[in-house]
Amino acid sequence: MIPAIRIQQVAKRYGSLQALGGVDLEVAQGEFFGLLGPNGAGKTTLISSLAGLVRPDSGTLEVMGHDVQSDYRNARRNLGVVPQEIVFDPFFSVRETLKFQSGYFGIRDNDDWIDEILANLDLTNKAHANMRTLSGGMKRRVMVAQALVHRPPVIVLDEPTAGVDVELRQTLWQFVRRLNQDGHTIVLTTHYLEEAESLCSRIAMLKAGRVVALDSTENLLSSHANHALRFRLAEGDVLPLVFEGRATRSEEGWVLPFEDYSEVGALVDTLRNAGCTLQDLEIGKPDLEEVFLDVMKGQAS
Amino acid sequence: MSGGFVTLFYKELLRFWKVAFQTVAAPVLTAMLYLLIFSHVLEARVQVYGSLRYTAFLVPGLVMMSILQNAFSNSSSSLIQSKVTGNIIFVLLPPISYREFYAAYVLAAMVRGVIVGAGVLLVTAFFTPLQFAHPLWIFAFALIAGGVMGSLGVVAGIWADKFDQLAAFQNFLIMPLTFLSGVFYSIHSLPSFWQGVSHFNPVFYMIDGFRYGFFGVSDVAPWQSFAVAFVSLLVLAALTLNFLRRGYKLRG
Repeated sequence: MIPAIRIQQVAKRYGSLQALGGVDLEVAQGEFFGLLGPNGAGKTTLISSLAGLVRPDSGTLEVMGHDVQSDYRNARRNLGVVPQEIVFDPFFSVRETLKFQSGYFGIRDNDDWIDEILANLDLTNKAHANMRTLSGGMKRRVMVAQALVHRPPVIVLDEPTAGVDVELRQTLWQFVRRLNQDGHTIVLTTHYLEEAESLCSRIAMLKAGRVVALDSTENLLSSHANHALRFRLAEGDVLPLVFEGRATRSEEGWVLPFEDYSEVGALVDTLRNAGCTLQDLEIGKPDLEEVFLDVMKGQAS
Repeated sequence: MSGGFVTLFYKELLRFWKVAFQTVAAPVLTAMLYLLIFSHVLEARVQVYGSLRYTAFLVPGLVMMSILQNAFSNSSSSLIQSKVTGNIIFVLLPPISYREFYAAYVLAAMVRGVIVGAGVLLVTAFFTPLQFAHPLWIFAFALIAGGVMGSLGVVAGIWADKFDQLAAFQNFLIMPLTFLSGVFYSIHSLPSFWQGVSHFNPVFYMIDGFRYGFFGVSDVAPWQSFAVAFVSLLVLAALTLNFLRRGYKLRG
């Protein structure tokens, strides 16, 4: 099967800044794919290159087998992009905005589908409202609707929940999940790692324009993150020597990683036998944030 | 041409039509004020082309000036607004070619120019009887002028990053080019040095040829004016299309 997205050796430089340094990436059809990385890692440049908004210095990008430069019409017909910044045309209403967007893709008489999108995004009663009068969250939903007017098989959402309230976030994710279940390929960039963890089946991490981790969410969690005991020691207590080198200090106290739950009892006993008084004992599950920090520190490859 | 062009063209028309009071009525009023003031001051003192009354001479100049300025305004302000607000992205994401993009913006600019020009003509007809010696020349020069300024508007709108840069383009290039092109006077009334300078201004030929359409007399032959105006259009179209093809300031 043709991959939904194929990115090969894509590099882009802005002056002295290497925004993308030879990125290779493939996303299969039907995947829910996460693109993570700190600010300035190149996520938006990569997405913009895919959408034809940025022309890379070298390398090729394809959407559903169509090159985004030489076969841009088909590439763009297959791609729906929700841009990161909230932008809108203040001259028009929600429905006009969506009709124009359909028209740009050469689609007329798109009202049934527009109605369906509006209903799914809870925008039906705002259809005739001018874009100016909508709240930020509503505008964001209209942008999602704009990305879907041409029923693209591949949908890219660039930080769609930045600055969006909890309720909308939930509505949005339900909708995007359903699109994914219906067979759409979803690519998501987000700063909320718990979102990526719960939604994405596979994740790429970008750092300084390069892919530094690429695996299924499950594998990333199991290979990079550990279960850990988190605790504080009462004042005056000293960490037993056996744990030195293994435990690390965090803001809240100590973090003591372990492989399996069966170890917990022994670890706590060791601490107690050494005369330590444990405060705020927690058992931490591995999370993507840990993996992320781990990868970004360059400790893992 | 795909459906994208038709929609973008229609959107550009609707954009100015929705605020027609500001984009059509206001420039018509401005032109009428020019007519009232200049004809009041100069009607008795200036005669052009022998027996032509100054007010009659002025009308085609004002119509052409309105076409030029409004065509430029339409494409340039639409683009700068879209760029500054960021919604230009919604036109860049769909499968619209750079030629369709150019055609939509420039044609909409021409339509706005011609509508405002027609409005000015309609209103000024109350003040002075008009003649239409060669209507085809009138149409030809109106369209070419709209196309030239629509293209310049695309260039300016793409080049400018901020509104004040666009204002500078308008104030230091478009205004001098139009005002010093014979809107208000026949260049034969100028000292010979400035007559010579005027011949390097392509807008002069547009106004002169346009006026020929009304009165059948002009400072230079209409075919010569047509040639200069048309070549200007071709050069600007080629330049603008080259900008768009390279994605200058639109596709980084």
